[in-house]
Amino acid sequence: MESKKTRKELIVSALENGTVIDHIPSKNVFQVIKILGLDSFDNQILFGTNLDSRRYGKKGIIKVKNKFFEKEEINKIAIAAPSATLIVIRDFEIIEKKAVEVPEVVDKFIKCINPNCVTNHENIPTRFAVIDKDAIKLQCHYCEKTTSKENFIFI
Amino acid sequence: MKNRSLVSINDYSKEEYLKILDIAEEFEKNPKQKILENYVVATLFFEPSTRTRLSFESAVNQLGGKVIGFTDAASSSVKKGESLKDTIKTVANYSDLIVMRHPLEGSARFASEVSAVPIINAGDGANQHPTQCLLDLYSIRKTQGKLDNLHIAFVGDLKYGRTVHSNVIALANFNCTFHFVSPFELKLPSAVKRHIKEKNLEYHQYTDLNEVIPFVDILYMTRIQRERFSDPVEYERVKNAYILNGNMLGNCKPNMKVLHPLPRVNEINENVDDMKEAYYFQQARNGVYVRQALMASILGIK
Repeated sequence: MESKKTRKELIVSALENGTVIDHIPSKNVFQVIKILGLDSFDNQILFGTNLDSRRYGKKGIIKVKNKFFEKEEINKIAIAAPSATLIVIRDFEIIEKKAVEVPEVVDKFIKCINPNCVTNHENIPTRFAVIDKDAIKLQCHYCEKTTSKENFIFI
Repeated sequence: MKNRSLVSINDYSKEEYLKILDIAEEFEKNPKQKILENYVVATLFFEPSTRTRLSFESAVNQLGGKVIGFTDAASSSVKKGESLKDTIKTVANYSDLIVMRHPLEGSARFASEVSAVPIINAGDGANQHPTQCLLDLYSIRKTQGKLDNLHIAFVGDLKYGRTVHSNVIALANFNCTFHFVSPFELKLPSAVKRHIKEKNLEYHQYTDLNEVIPFVDILYMTRIQRERFSDPVEYERVKNAYILNGNMLGNCKPNMKVLHPLPRVNEINENVDDMKEAYYFQQARNGVYVRQALMASILGIK
């Protein structure tokens, strides 16, 4: 246990400036990478998945050098991985450590499940109200239908 | 309500729709007033709905207004590939108010966000049809003298019928007791029942139409469509169980009225038409007064 813990801290502190996204459910690591557009990002990125976690059994982690996420990006992380923690690092110091928060409104990055929704036919950014923050249920601002977590398609 | 679009029945408060109903009463007494003489109303029907379109156009014409528009997407620039946004923004230049019917859900909400003039949703796919709801409220209040403390039965396709959903949501603002009569496969969705539960109102569910007739004030009939059933045998089994026949009305309350959003196919036998309980044709007529009231309010005339 002790050696694992030390190693984990080493990975985190190895970042001079940037952000660590910790406590991502293992199966969602690649999804988070994709929705944040990190797969086409030029900065140094380290990520791991199926790592041991005392809190969750297994977890994933993503570390991005010289990147500080904006509100909209944090909202995306919160929807894909509501259990995630953001650790902001400057000069090897942890400046901020906070759990992501599920937003009231989800704009632009989830597809509405309703095939007959106008957003799936016209060039319209999607918009949802979060009607259940625990189960993450979204109600489409346009067609008023509900899209649940298991049906999320990120756009 | 001046300059405010009506997309969903939830857009207006209880007080606001009661105000519309009051104004509609004035129009019922005097439907031909030349108050829209200087106005142009666009009726954009991206899918045909003759009844709704004629009702709106009659409402405008009787008030002296002008109507422009199209009756289906095939005869419009939509066929050339124009986006909904461009169609709405263009027509907003030519009119004071847009009434639109569209096969896609959410289209009217989107239109209300890009349009420079107010939008009235005349049906967006399976989502909302708020003027139908308003005219139903008008008809219920007119026949019962009130909207509170009524026993209201909805019969038929309660799962997919958007009219039923909007009516239940609107009537949950009044202290009504709901009676839902449908085949098991077409029960009212829980998302709609939630509105009743939130207000701590009572509802009951039935599969037998005869059970509710003796005690309800309003019997709201809807059509059951064959294509709603995954199992055609199930449709054959239930299709005749939700047909209202004149001889079933013998023990109904004296104030009871039968409503139907029309078009009817066979769910109300024609032998009901001449009975004092039949109200569905008058209900359609009320739609003109309610639409006059709504348009006059949105244009800031009433």
